[in-house]
Amino acid sequence: MRLLFGSCFTLMLAAVIGLGATWLTVTHGVAFGSLTIGVWTAWPKSGSVDIDPYARATIARTGELPVGTGDGVAFYARTDDAGNNFDGRCTFTISGMTPAARYWTLTLYDLDGRLVANTIDRHGFTSAEIVRDAEGRFVISVAPQARPGNWLPTGGIERFVLVWRLYDTPIGVATRTTKEGPMPAIVRKACS
Amino acid sequence: MIRSLLWILGAILLGGIVHLSTVLVLPQAAAQDAYSRLVPLTTVNAMVPLAAPTAEASIMPFMDPAFSAAVCRYDLSSGSIKLNAPLSQAYTSVTFYTRNSVAYYAIDDRAAGRRAIELDLMTPEQHAQVPEEEDVTAADRLIIESPTTTGLIVLRALAPEPGLLAMAHRALAGAQCHIGPVQ
Repeated sequence: MRLLFGSCFTLMLAAVIGLGATWLTVTHGVAFGSLTIGVWTAWPKSGSVDIDPYARATIARTGELPVGTGDGVAFYARTDDAGNNFDGRCTFTISGMTPAARYWTLTLYDLDGRLVANTIDRHGFTSAEIVRDAEGRFVISVAPQARPGNWLPTGGIERFVLVWRLYDTPIGVATRTTKEGPMPAIVRKACS
Repeated sequence: MIRSLLWILGAILLGGIVHLSTVLVLPQAAAQDAYSRLVPLTTVNAMVPLAAPTAEASIMPFMDPAFSAAVCRYDLSSGSIKLNAPLSQAYTSVTFYTRNSVAYYAIDDRAAGRRAIELDLMTPEQHAQVPEEEDVTAADRLIIESPTTTGLIVLRALAPEPGLLAMAHRALAGAQCHIGPVQ
């Protein structure tokens, strides 16, 4: 009787631990070999055959196609430099340097990877269309209300993700130091 | 006391095995992965333009809205695939994915170095059957080996400004993907 109870308990606990761990890792996007520069994190190996099993499980669940290593690399940010979560009701400014790349794009998504509806139908910027000052620097305002210059609307949603994709870039699996890739800084301003 | 600790230890070990095996099996069992999403929207061995992502609808999550994309869902069981993609003026890339969304090869327009990206896609067995001299004379022809019989070729053309999306779209319209022998 004791043996039966014990084995039933063990099997149930094992199922809870095993499936729970799988669910946690897959929904939170656990992947190895990440490359973090400031608040920006990329998984260059996810775009190659060296992708780890956790990243494979994650992309199979979400249904996305990762950017291939010979194509470019995608950096994800969920917080500003001070660690504040991206809140669509706040204004964030993005400024600074970008790593060497032939083109880059910056796109704003909700947590499920969908674009966010807004009045001017803008979901991001490319390196070619960004407005720069005389020295080539740029400032992007991510804000719910219209801003002068480069305004990226948040649509006022609660949480969002920024994805910076670099195309035709030397940044990749071999990149180790942060010196090779300066990424833009993100600072939170006022919240409405 | 010791006995229940042993039961718990056993549960943790077994749980670890359950965890690892489900992570490994998940890609095979996923019903909503990129390939499955594209099956109803594409035909086998033909280049099909993809609808650009909007706030209302997006075929896959995290699609780059600055790009126009086309996809060829391939099946190599009846022969190797020839891909011919003219380049747009800005940036064009081709990425090859296995049936389980693993990007095993990607090339951009600069690496391709010509006015069009031309290559042959085949299984390792089909590659082994390509005659030796043919391989040499076709040295400037790229031959890619696909790890799986089925998979996806995704062609992406950048529109540097929203107004140029139509141009990127036109560039992709000339792309072809069909079964054909290596020349």
